[in-house]
Amino acid sequence: MTAGKWEPVIGLEIHVQLSTRTKMFCACALSFGEPPNTRTCPVCLGHPGTLPTLNAQAVHYGLMIATALECEIAPRSIFHRKNYFYPDLPKGYQISQYDIPLASTGSLQVPDGPPVRIHRAHLEEDAAKLIHHGESGRIHGAGASVVDFNRGGTPLVEIVTEPDLRSAQDARAFAQLLRTTLKQIGVSDVNMEEGSLRVDGNVSVRPAGTDELRTKTELKNMNSFRFLERGMEAEIARQIRIWESGESVVQETIHFDPVSGSLTPLRSKEEVHDYRYFPEPDLVPLVPTEAMLERARAALPELPSARLERYRSDYGLPEDVAGTLVGWSELGSFFEESVTAGNGNAGAIAQWTTGELVAFLREHDIEDPRESKLSPVGLAELVGMVESRTLSRSAAKEVLAELTTKGGEPSAIVEARGLAPIADTSELDGIVERAIEANPQLVERIRGGKPEAAKAIVGAVMKETKGRADGAEVTRLIQEKLGI
Amino acid sequence: MISRDQVLHVARLARLRLADDEIERMSRELSTVLDHIEKISELDLDGVPPTSHVIEVENVMRTDEPRPSLPPERVLESAPDATPTGFRVPSPGQ
Amino acid sequence: MSAAAVKLSAAAAIERIAGGDLGADELFSTYRERIERHDGDFGAFLWTADGTTVGSGAAADGPLRGVPLAVKDLFCTEGVPTTAGSRILEGHTPLYTATAVRRLAAAGAPMIGKTNMDEFAMGSSNENSGYGIVRNPWDRERVPGGSSGGSAAAVAAGLAPWAIGTDTGGSIRQPAALCGIVGLKPTYGAISRYGMVAFASSLDQCGPLTRTVADAALLLEHLVGHDPCDSTSLGLPEAVRTPARTDLDGLRFGVPAELGSGAEGVEEGVGRTFDKTLELIESLGGEVVEVSLPHARHGIAAYYVIAPAEASANLARYDGVRFGHRAGNGNGTLLDLYEKTRAEGFGEEVKRRIMLGTFALSAGFYEAYYGRAQRVRTKIADDFRASFESCDLIVTPTSPTVAFKLGERTDNPLAMYLSDYCTVPMSLAGIPAISIPAGLARPADGTGPEQGLPVGFQIAGPAFSENLILDAAHALEQAIGFDVTGALA
Ligand SMILES: [Mg+2]
Ligand SMILES: [Zn+2]
Repeated sequence: MTAGKWEPVIGLEIHVQLSTRTKMFCACALSFGEPPNTRTCPVCLGHPGTLPTLNAQAVHYGLMIATALECEIAPRSIFHRKNYFYPDLPKGYQISQYDIPLASTGSLQVPDGPPVRIHRAHLEEDAAKLIHHGESGRIHGAGASVVDFNRGGTPLVEIVTEPDLRSAQDARAFAQLLRTTLKQIGVSDVNMEEGSLRVDGNVSVRPAGTDELRTKTELKNMNSFRFLERGMEAEIARQIRIWESGESVVQETIHFDPVSGSLTPLRSKEEVHDYRYFPEPDLVPLVPTEAMLERARAALPELPSARLERYRSDYGLPEDVAGTLVGWSELGSFFEESVTAGNGNAGAIAQWTTGELVAFLREHDIEDPRESKLSPVGLAELVGMVESRTLSRSAAKEVLAELTTKGGEPSAIVEARGLAPIADTSELDGIVERAIEANPQLVERIRGGKPEAAKAIVGAVMKETKGRADGAEVTRLIQEKLGI
Repeated sequence: MISRDQVLHVARLARLRLADDEIERMSRELSTVLDHIEKISELDLDGVPPTSHVIEVENVMRTDEPRPSLPPERVLESAPDATPTGFRVPSPGQ
Repeated sequence: MSAAAVKLSAAAAIERIAGGDLGADELFSTYRERIERHDGDFGAFLWTADGTTVGSGAAADGPLRGVPLAVKDLFCTEGVPTTAGSRILEGHTPLYTATAVRRLAAAGAPMIGKTNMDEFAMGSSNENSGYGIVRNPWDRERVPGGSSGGSAAAVAAGLAPWAIGTDTGGSIRQPAALCGIVGLKPTYGAISRYGMVAFASSLDQCGPLTRTVADAALLLEHLVGHDPCDSTSLGLPEAVRTPARTDLDGLRFGVPAELGSGAEGVEEGVGRTFDKTLELIESLGGEVVEVSLPHARHGIAAYYVIAPAEASANLARYDGVRFGHRAGNGNGTLLDLYEKTRAEGFGEEVKRRIMLGTFALSAGFYEAYYGRAQRVRTKIADDFRASFESCDLIVTPTSPTVAFKLGERTDNPLAMYLSDYCTVPMSLAGIPAISIPAGLARPADGTGPEQGLPVGFQIAGPAFSENLILDAAHALEQAIGFDVTGALA
């Protein structure tokens, strides 16, 4: 395979479940794993005579997304019916938007990534859930399924990008930034595994340096960013192999199996889809007023791209640290609160946040630092102690471990555990003295022109003091006593 | 005129199984009606906007306030084939 | 007492009940017994309320207190079977009640029964019901019209004092005309559609079928209003008034050449009755002017694209999964389940319209059919707007013919569709129109009862002109003096 001769062309289609209280077109509460069919009513079951009513909050969230993605918002958009039969679609049509979507022509760019144009963003309703029961003897007939309508009618925004991405890595980075953006503006839980964020990819390849658009395939079922990247890589490789063997890629939908890493074309339906879209007569046009637009703008917090810029310029944070804080919005907010609480120290707090704290959160699989016992004030206080040399680095790590698991006041923990640095110079003096005496070979080597051997003596002192000694002070004392 | 194949294609889209004699009759009857309908192709409708709503009203929305859903026993009562918790269907794609 | 009570208009009955001269239970049981005794001859009801007393569903002291109401079986009623005239909904009992029915119950009108209808309101003769035909009280060998045929026949035969129905292209006005009663299709959006089983959502509208114009106004008054469950419901900008006018001074009545007595297909007897009514208008001080609705003749074509297209989607939910009929024992494939359930559950006409609508929306045909039909709809609405510049109201025969014989048009769908060509344009434009009985006439072939059969006179006005229409209709009604009790069973 000669990947360098081929350029991938990738566009994404993203379905975002909105975190409203009720469904898109009825007043049923959204479902979070409740028992099947406990969140339904005649409307979302498609009973005869029922009519949809549009959720104002879903529209508001839609406008927020459109604004965040710098889209043009349609002065007047309408809903359409998309007709097809499937057991998870109670009315036999999905209410969606078609030729006039809520928003179009926007953009979102990963720093140092390619600019990605947003083709459109529209409102629609989610389908229900079909639970395959397989060939159970209890269920008559081979292969029965059971429909649970709890999810049916959940508000969705579908975002479609232009095919502006050129690698699986770029696609992943873009999807991650989009997720962070959606999370930050607070319109969705954006949980890929639970399906509140679903990313499908349209993938094709072309000879590098050309503008042609070859047949694309639609890649589905990538329920994590890792799988998104791996699935796309596999599909790109597959398409290159096909073209290079002189054959042609066929347009189809492909299912990625993350376990085996294999790609399987979804069985093509016995017919071509003909959705017979037509304007939904039960809903009236949506004409965003200036007040609605202003409310959407006002509801937007600082977006990730702006936040990144601010972290770089105001706090002078290095690229990778700023990137971690922006990409993990809960971490970023925690960091900022901590900086406010600590009256500065941004650089040190950022290092502690992205270093020790992240390690702890990852280890315990915690997404929001607030779910640990650590408070932003606690972190600020702890970092302050280290910076003012009233707590050694290694002791601080110990304190942080307790703060995140048990909580409490850093100073109280330091006190209770006796971690305060040895303030009494004569005490430290004695310990250093004893350490020098106990290690004559090391002293020999230091004197013989190997000053780095002093580190071992410092280590011995730290062990003796349980980290309460200040490393720099210990080094100074050693040098003083050895007269070097 | 609508052909037998077209009738079958449309019947599949609409999920209607037609008996042989029905296909024949449907093709004949639809053709008569479509012939009448096609008279509108004579009209000059350039620049005429389509009407999908006769009322001039917009932005009708509901506040995002949940109301109680129905108990599952009640909604499943209407179902021709229900399990204790859901609506049973033959699995798609079989 | 009982016989006299049945001849009372609903408004008069309310007055008697309020004055203590008539018991609400007595009136209810009278009608209940009449249904028991006579409905075998007509087939107007699909369900009737138990017992002989006013049920608990209606408010005891509302303004419509105690006057029983017949409800087209298209309206969902909680716990009461609702079939929409279709076998696919056999035995279906809704989980909720339609807003229109709830409003009337809250005003004190108890539901006495659910009436027969063309399946999913698709038809003009009531011969498309999945539950048997309905016979016209004026001639039992003839159709009552449709699709609200059961409601119209029940009111004309004195099995109910009044009824509600629905009108998509003429389904209230045409059966009212053929049964010699009053039928009003309000402005689209005046009354909530919530709980009305949908046929063609952009056209469907609920309305009253009554024996007098005043009764129609009274029911309308309690039906209209915005409903949070129906985004397209607006109510009316002004309160519905009790019509009291007896003259037509200063009113200009437009007669469209395209839909007048000289139009193609209008029976001679119908034309004559229509022209006589125009003379009456002039004698009451009204002015008759000529107007033109040049696109009205394309109304049927546009209607038979738009309505079936919407219906094809509205009827997709009947799939044998959540409610209603399901074919077989579940052993087949999903496709079998869908196709057989729908093949078994739907009648011929419904299948025809689903096919027509699916075709009109399908890839490659959308623009030529659905797209053009929507533009014709715009032109028809524009025609009305332009005409209302030179007249206040537009009048036409409601139906080009009097009631036709059972079976006469069942083999010719297009001929059946053309029965609605005077009523469809108003539906497409969303404007209100009433049909009042204008007299009796013999059909073109001279058959039927010697006295003739009822002829309906249609009065249409601009959107939200219900009060004006009711006023004019009332004045004419008084002058015509038609005996609406002429077909009481
Ligand atoms: Mg979608
Ligand atoms: Zn619901």
